[in-house]
Formats: sequence, structure tokens, C-alpha cells
Amino acid sequence: MIRANNISKSFGDTRILKNISCTFEEGKTNLIIGQSGSGKTVLMKCLVGLLNIDEGEIDFDNRVFSKMSNKEKKNICKELGMLFQGGALFDYMTVEKNVMFPLSMFTKQSYSEKLDRVNFCLKRVNLENTNNLMPSELSGGMTKRVAIARAISMNPQYLFCDEPTSGLDPLTAGLIDDLISEITNEYQTTTIVNTHDMNSVMNIGDKVAFIYKGELWWEGTKDEIMKTDNIELNDFIFSTELTRRLKK
Amino acid sequence: MIRMFGRYLILMGEVFRKPEKGNIFRKQLIVEFQSLGVESLGIIAIISVFMGAVVAIQTAYNIDTPLIPLTMVGFTTRQSVVLEFSPTIISLILAGKVGSRIASEIGTMRVTEQIDALQTMGVNAANFLIFPKITACLLLNPFLIVISMFLGIFGGWLACITTQMVSSQDYIIGVRYWFESYTIFYALIKTVVFAYIISSVSAFFGYYISGGAIEVGTASTKAVVYSSILIIIFNLILTQLLLT
Repeated sequence: MIRANNISKSFGDTRILKNISCTFEEGKTNLIIGQSGSGKTVLMKCLVGLLNIDEGEIDFDNRVFSKMSNKEKKNICKELGMLFQGGALFDYMTVEKNVMFPLSMFTKQSYSEKLDRVNFCLKRVNLENTNNLMPSELSGGMTKRVAIARAISMNPQYLFCDEPTSGLDPLTAGLIDDLISEITNEYQTTTIVNTHDMNSVMNIGDKVAFIYKGELWWEGTKDEIMKTDNIELNDFIFSTELTRRLKK
Repeated sequence: MIRMFGRYLILMGEVFRKPEKGNIFRKQLIVEFQSLGVESLGIIAIISVFMGAVVAIQTAYNIDTPLIPLTMVGFTTRQSVVLEFSPTIISLILAGKVGSRIASEIGTMRVTEQIDALQTMGVNAANFLIFPKITACLLLNPFLIVISMFLGIFGGWLACITTQMVSSQDYIIGVRYWFESYTIFYALIKTVVFAYIISSVSAFFGYYISGGAIEVGTASTKAVVYSSILIIIFNLILTQLLLT
């Protein structure tokens, strides 16, 4: 479980996150939704330690991140996997080397052990026999799947996904959503997904947090979200013609 | 400027740490030897030969009194190449070639979130990406400069025998005349300092990019400009310190 307590973050005079308190539960897919520029990505970067928070606390299963030594922070990092918006695959490495990278850096496994794990992870994301492809040879959906394979190669306890379905067609987006949900259930990870894709919310949102102008505006489940009378959230959900018609 | 220098020092503090895995560092070092060093050999060879030839021809052209022996052509070419041309001019050329490569490579990794990915894995990204580049430049640039010295002097000889302005014998006597090994030491000291400037300054500009493709281009340009200016300044300082 990851808990954010009253966290705030500013860049210069601009306050991006304002006293956000939120709990992300284990074994569930926790979604953070909000408009572009609402602070979702900044919140995620604060949670994974890429940005330092100005106020508040973040704890990973009662281990307070901000009070940890650098060594402890580094150890926590080994327990988390992250899927970036563009995949963030190392473009000078093959698919196999990308997935093997965390294993090579942090384990003492032999090459054959690492290769077994890589093949297992690639199979898990339905990308067998792509070991020798370079990232430039992959489609958008394949890139995301390789990134997921890399993220799960170390058996993470916490999985972070920053807009995993952005730029994908609805069918591929659905596959990525299902994959994230299956991995969460299978490994009982605490999964946090940043998205503004309402299909993802309805597909996999065990718990949903709505961020509006840097504040936590609404929390609930995917069933509750359709019944809420929160104006800003309704404006966000029903912003397209399709969703408005569906509501009617 | 002070703020920038402070950030540079903080970055170098992150860079100069023990690598996470020795074998991965060694593999990366070999890759950097290839990309930053061996791939620069061609341009260095061409520039050195032609510049040595030009220095020899210009010197011969300016000797219009019989009181100055023609062996001076070889002597002047050697001194120019060893003291200034190879360590400084070749370093300036490497600042353009290697510096822009380092800045754009690291900058692209930053804007495509590859550096963020390394950091979320718990990898010291600065050490992982920059340390092998600095080490490769520090180790390999002196070799490149020594090769450049030989080729520069060879270029001078080639110009002399093809234009027949100076005989091969006079040129070789001049090259061997009054040789002080300290000049090589001076040149290599300069080379090592310049190699550090090129690699670290370029990496700094690449590492702290925020934005997209335009910023990568800007950082690449800044890396070359700042490295070149620093090379010129340190050239003066080191010359003052080591030759006076």
C-alpha cells in the first residue's frame, strides 16, 4: 500500500500539487485521472521519487520515503516498476537487453537464468521471439508491452504506469489495460495508473482518484464515478459527444 | 553563471562514484572508446595531415633569406604541431564532434524519459551514463593527439617533398633539431584537461535538458560553444603555468 499524506509540490511560484492525501491499495489497480496539466504526472513523479515533495509524506507499506537514507530509497526503487508514457526503452539496446537490464544491474544471476526470466516476461506480454528487435522496430503497442515486461522483470511490489494507453488504438489500449490488470491481480502489486482515458477507468479502475487543478477533487470506484454529482468530474467524464449520448 | 557552476559540481559529485556493476561499466567503456575515440580517427587524420602540410608550406614560403636554414621548416612544423596544433586545435574539433554527440545523446535520453527510467530503477543515471564517457575521453584523447602529432609532421614532410621547396633530408634534420621531451608532456597535460572539459561540459548540458527536440539542438550548440571557450581559456592558463 502506498499512502500520500498532505503532499504539496511547487515549481517556482506555481503550486502544482496542493495538500494531496490519498491511499493506493495493494492488489488493486488505482487510477489517477484528470485533465492534461492537472498535476497527475507530477504526482506520479513525486510518488516514485523523481521529484522531491515540498511538504507532506509518502510511505510505502509504512516506510516513509522522505525520511529514508539514499541507500534505503535505492532499495525501494528496486521494488518498483514503472511504465513511462513513451515506453522509455533504451534505444541502443535490443528488446532482450532492455528487459534484462534491471536483472543485470541488481542481481547476480547467470546469463541463462536472466534469459529465462526475460523470455518469461516477454511471453507474459505476448511478445515471444522479439528478443533481437530494436526499439525502433516496434509498434506503439509493442513498445508499451516491452516496457511492461521490463517493469515486471524484477517482480515489483509497486507498479506505476504513466498514461499507458495514450497514442494507442482502442483495441490495443484495451489489451494494455487488461495486461496491467492481470499483472496486478497475479502478483498482488500496488498498481497506480495515470490516465485520462475513460475506457481505462471503466475497464480496470478498482479505485479512482480525480485530480483537479492540483487538488484531490474526488475519490471512489468505477461504479460510483458514473453516479457522482461532482460538477468538475462530470465535465471531465462527459466531455465527448459519445459519452454524453451514452449518459442520455 | 554561479548557479550553473553549482549544478555542474553537483552533477560531477554524482558522476564520480563507484560504478554499480564493474562488468557493465567495462562494456560501456569499450562502446565509448569506439564511438568517441575510434570514430574520430578519420577526421583527425585528415585535418592533421593537411594542417601539417600547410604549416610547412607557409614556413618555407616565409623563409626568404639564406641566413635562415631550410631545416627550420621541419623544426617550426614540429613545434607548431606539438605545442599548439595537435593538442588545442584537434581538441576544439573534438569539442564539435564528440561534444555535440555527448550532449545530444544524453539530451535525447532525457527528453524520452530514459534517464527517468534509470532513476526509477534505482540506478545512478549520471554515473551510469556520463562516467564511461569521461573516462573514455580521458584515456583515449592523448592517443588521438599523439597520432595527430605524427600525422601533422608527416603531412609537413609530404608537402615538402611534393612541392620540392625543402628536401626530405633538411626537413627531417629540422624535425629532429633541439627536441625537448617536455613539450610532449605539456601537450598531453593540455589534452587531458581539454578531454575532461569536452566530455563533462557536454554531458552537463545534455543531462539538464527539459523540453523536446529544439532543446536538444540548443543544448548541443551550447555544449560546443562552452567547451570551446573553456578550452581557449584553459589553453592560456596552462601555457602560462607550464611554459613560463
